[in-house]
Amino acid sequence: MEEIWSGLLRAFELIITLDPEVVGITARSLYISLASVFLASLIDIPVGAMIESREFWGKRNVISLIHTLYSLPTVTVGLLVYLILSRNGPLGSLEILYTPAGMVLGQVILITPIMIGLTITALGEVSPQVKDTAKSLGASELQIMITTIKEVRSAMLASVLLGFGRALSEVGVAMMIGGNIRGYTRVLTTAISLETAMGNLELSMALGIILLSISLLVNLVMNRLQGR
Amino acid sequence: MAFLELEALGKAYGGVEVLQDISIDLFRGEILGIIGPTGSGKTTLLRLVNLLEAPNSGSIRLEGLTLNDLTEKEKLSARRRMAMVFQKPVMFKGSVQENVSYGLKIRGKKDQKIVRSALEAVNLSGYESRDANTLSGGEMQRVALARALVLQPEILLLDEPVANLDPKSAAAIDRIVQSLVGQNTLVILATHNMLQCKRLASRVAVLMKGRLVAVGEPGEIFDRGQEQLLSEIAVPW
Repeated sequence: MEEIWSGLLRAFELIITLDPEVVGITARSLYISLASVFLASLIDIPVGAMIESREFWGKRNVISLIHTLYSLPTVTVGLLVYLILSRNGPLGSLEILYTPAGMVLGQVILITPIMIGLTITALGEVSPQVKDTAKSLGASELQIMITTIKEVRSAMLASVLLGFGRALSEVGVAMMIGGNIRGYTRVLTTAISLETAMGNLELSMALGIILLSISLLVNLVMNRLQGR
Repeated sequence: MAFLELEALGKAYGGVEVLQDISIDLFRGEILGIIGPTGSGKTTLLRLVNLLEAPNSGSIRLEGLTLNDLTEKEKLSARRRMAMVFQKPVMFKGSVQENVSYGLKIRGKKDQKIVRSALEAVNLSGYESRDANTLSGGEMQRVALARALVLQPEILLLDEPVANLDPKSAAAIDRIVQSLVGQNTLVILATHNMLQCKRLASRVAVLMKGRLVAVGEPGEIFDRGQEQLLSEIAVPW
């Protein structure tokens, strides 16, 4: 127990003194996850809006599949992206395996089902009269889509935050695609995993506290938005 | 040539015919009052004209151009010549100002003056910064009308515009509709309020069970032996 307390104290010390390694890992985690969620939003929100607004054969099955993929294991995505990015894979020529770019690609794939699914759910809440009103006032298909998204902007932002939270806290993709290279692809989750295995509990706990604090902050903002 | 021609228009939902064989020629500067009981197809007819839905049969021609055959882009251009005010208007999230200027914004226009004068016309001056979704039903109805008016549409489609309005608001809307006649606007007013129809319409069409059963001057429809027909509509004056 004493070891845990002294570890915790040391962990807080590392955070308060802005230990370069802790800051570096945190900053890397944030920018990789933010980049992932930004790219995923650019793809997933329009795709979700299109699925929601159009009627096509098998739509219900597509939505069921998307919901099933919410719980996609991160290591499965890691394996899939590894196969795609490995030297003999279809995107091997990009040479982004074990790079932050590869991690971003993996995280985009990981959070895509959640973001598309939540977009569909959020837009499904908008009354058809909103679309009719926009259309009757001369809105194009794209303008109707934008108007509809704006109507549920809090829910849309919540889905983006949820995607960010999932990207930030996953280990599988970061480990398998990033390779946990110190100073390059090492992020909060992979660093915690490694440092714990190495018995470096102070650093592990410091990083764990930071990860938990960010998750807590994301959840607080999400709850506020959903309460609106 | 008629400005807007509806020819043998028909619409069905799941095998149930809601509109059948609707044919009528409409002209600029006239107010067509469509009266009929609830469920007679008034709203569906307005929705077809506004190209919100496609008819199952027949055609709609605007200045000789058949709208049904147009591409989506061309339909958008045609729709931008019209504006519709729904019976239960929906307010977009945002202020009254944002709601009223919506149609202008999506056309890439910005004209605060026209927004102000539209709000003035519907007696809502000073409401610009109010949250549109906190307004009363009557106020929302007037914002919806202002939202359509700023577009200066060539065709204005009004679906029960004074339903649930207080007499003062209803009178304001009546005045606005009448003033549009001088601006060469074609107004199609669907209502089951015969008094309003008689007061405003230059022509009246009676819709019963999806069919046009009578079309004529208000005098012809309301005053000359159409009592039996009108009694079927069963809505108080």
